[in-house]
Amino acid sequence: MGFFHKKEEANLEHHEPVITAYGDQMNDGMVQMSFTLPTTCGLESKEAAKLFVEKMGFEKVMVTHMEAISDNFTFFVVYGKTNQHIDIREIKVVRPEHPVFSFDEINEVIEKKIGRKLVVVGACIGSDAHTVGIDAIFNMKGFRHDWGFERYPWLSAYNLRAQVAVEDLVQKVVALNADAVLISRVVTQRDEHIIELKKFLDLLKNTSGVSPHLIKICGGPRISFEDAISWGYDAGFGPGTKPSEVASFIVHEFLKRAGKN
Amino acid sequence: MAKLNLDRDKVDVCRELASALVHPVQKYIDLHSTVSIERSVLRLMGLTGALKDENGNYPLANLIVDKMDRRQLSLGIATWIGAAKLKYDAPLEVLATRIIQGKINLADLPEPPPEAIRKVLLSPVSEAIKRIDFNRKERERLRSRSPFPRGPMKYVIVATGNIHEDVKQAIAAAQNGADVIAVIRSTAQSLLDYVPHGATTEGYGGTYATQENFKIMRSALNDLSQKMNRYIRLCNYSSGLCMPEIAVMGAQESLDFLLNDAMYGILFRDINMKRTFVDQFFSRVVTARAGIVIQTGEDNYLTTADAFNNHHQVLASHFINEQFAKNAGMREEQIGLGHAFEMDPAIEDSFLFEVAMAELVRDIFSRHPIKYMPPTLHKEGDIFFSHVLDALFNLAGCMTNQAIQLLGMPTEAIHNPFLMDRFSSIKSANYIFKAASSLGEEIQFNANGKLARRARTVLDQTHEYLLKIKDMGLMESIERGFFAEMPRPKDGGRGLDGVFQKARRYYNPFLEKLGSSR
Repeated sequence: MGFFHKKEEANLEHHEPVITAYGDQMNDGMVQMSFTLPTTCGLESKEAAKLFVEKMGFEKVMVTHMEAISDNFTFFVVYGKTNQHIDIREIKVVRPEHPVFSFDEINEVIEKKIGRKLVVVGACIGSDAHTVGIDAIFNMKGFRHDWGFERYPWLSAYNLRAQVAVEDLVQKVVALNADAVLISRVVTQRDEHIIELKKFLDLLKNTSGVSPHLIKICGGPRISFEDAISWGYDAGFGPGTKPSEVASFIVHEFLKRAGKN
Repeated sequence: MAKLNLDRDKVDVCRELASALVHPVQKYIDLHSTVSIERSVLRLMGLTGALKDENGNYPLANLIVDKMDRRQLSLGIATWIGAAKLKYDAPLEVLATRIIQGKINLADLPEPPPEAIRKVLLSPVSEAIKRIDFNRKERERLRSRSPFPRGPMKYVIVATGNIHEDVKQAIAAAQNGADVIAVIRSTAQSLLDYVPHGATTEGYGGTYATQENFKIMRSALNDLSQKMNRYIRLCNYSSGLCMPEIAVMGAQESLDFLLNDAMYGILFRDINMKRTFVDQFFSRVVTARAGIVIQTGEDNYLTTADAFNNHHQVLASHFINEQFAKNAGMREEQIGLGHAFEMDPAIEDSFLFEVAMAELVRDIFSRHPIKYMPPTLHKEGDIFFSHVLDALFNLAGCMTNQAIQLLGMPTEAIHNPFLMDRFSSIKSANYIFKAASSLGEEIQFNANGKLARRARTVLDQTHEYLLKIKDMGLMESIERGFFAEMPRPKDGGRGLDGVFQKARRYYNPFLEKLGSSR
């Protein structure tokens, strides 16, 4: 299954630092591609597909499959060899700095070090009706055998679910005196999610009664940790994130701000 | 056909329980109407235009219903249109314009006697029904000339936001072998309390359902059907706050299928339950007459909660949806109950359990055009694995003889389908449906095997579940979160302010003419 092994750093003991795509031999640079060209299916279009891929810098291009999708569109499967290499030592990734705790560890830390329940509010904002992400984090059952927030005895979890106006979410955050807020956006067409996510932060800034220590988190299939930070959030979580990963972040961040780390 | 040797008495009991559950809700429905139903009455009589202002187009039907006070509206909009017609003797469009301009004030008109209203509306009402009947017969004629699809119908979604782009994608899909084109709606259209107007080229996550868009797609598909000598069905969504209006649009523009669920809006869109129950009834009265097949949304129970543990909720909702639909005069052949292949692929024997569920639904609802929805929940971006999941889904659909197979996309959870995603998906389904064409007829299940036992367990759970809900009542059980683990208060959610009690002399000519003999 497509797990995202995002917690693991590349381990350089096992391979060369400079790498390229691997087909069946080191440094063969083999890449598989598929795409559609808006043209009728024929010898010219096959050549067009080959040239197209060569223009992208690939060598030894092989059009292994060409098929008409309709009168005006043709589908291709193409292989090409790249000469591009990446030095893994030069990669810098922004990621949460803390270790991930288990369900029991998180509850224990909150109980012993904080001594009260942390209040967490979550919602899908704007017109987004897709609760799959926020539900995976909040619902009792959780996700991939990792309990959801509603099951944590030391979290007060409020899942407002879908299509929550940012105004209402801010109000709820104030009314519940939330310690953390989680926003999910699944629909990302035309970058609508970024506009909505920023709108929330702006509104938050201009609202009185918001805890200055509020931890702001966003998540969704097209959201990276790095993006989230750049928009002004404290963290962002992508697909495959488990509830305990988010809860760990909240606890660490809370303790850090309280100087109890 | 039946392969599971189910306890038929238990199935009958489940149907009776659903009937008892729906009965008090139906009583509520019969006493109420909504702004959306009244707007639908105007639309049926041909008032489909809109007025342009700085915020865009706003339908004439909305402008008129918005003008009415509730006391007046409780007699039905038809009463007042009848009154205006009696006094001014002009076509509806003309009257509408004058009403909106304030030149005619409906509040000033006296309430005419019922016979006079019926008489003056006789012609527009029978014209309206004739139009729907004509479309139904025309579709029947076109379908009869075309070979019936062997195996489940291949149903694909187009969702570019631009109706003209949708047409191109639909044509490509149909040429590849798709039998049904569904134009998915723009995100959150279900929460608009009016229907957008005209051909639209911008939408988010889909294309607005407008009457003009329906017309554009229908006409393109009809041309194509003729060229290919194979009838292509068109589907849209009669759900949300404008459920009845979209049913009317579907009937007028000759759609084949409409998504329409008695409870989906309540649970998944937070639309008020009273509004939804009343609206679904009238929308189904219209679709029943129009010969449109509805498709229910039980697949959603499986995407928001655990699929393995929630199959009984799906089945319980099937019984309830069926009952509501029958109350509105729908035939079983029109009730396309929905379910989905959403079990966690990490579960051992998940395929066997999926087949058990698919066979169970097929066995119980043998005359219904069952709609089978693809895996979505356990897809994340590995398009190759997704393609394999879809292949097993297609095999399950084919071997259990589902009627309508919504084809899964390898790029589910990544983006709205690209042209080539749909192409790959249809190609795979073409192969599997052909390769396993007669497989279902050859299969018998071990009478006491794992699969049969699983099916029996789900039926038992459904029976217990319906019993529990029956004691509580349907509205109360929704309030308490019995469906999809989603508590919805009776008076919460959107659209309650659009529900009103009918006066004793309430008049809706279409309810009178099309309503069932119940």
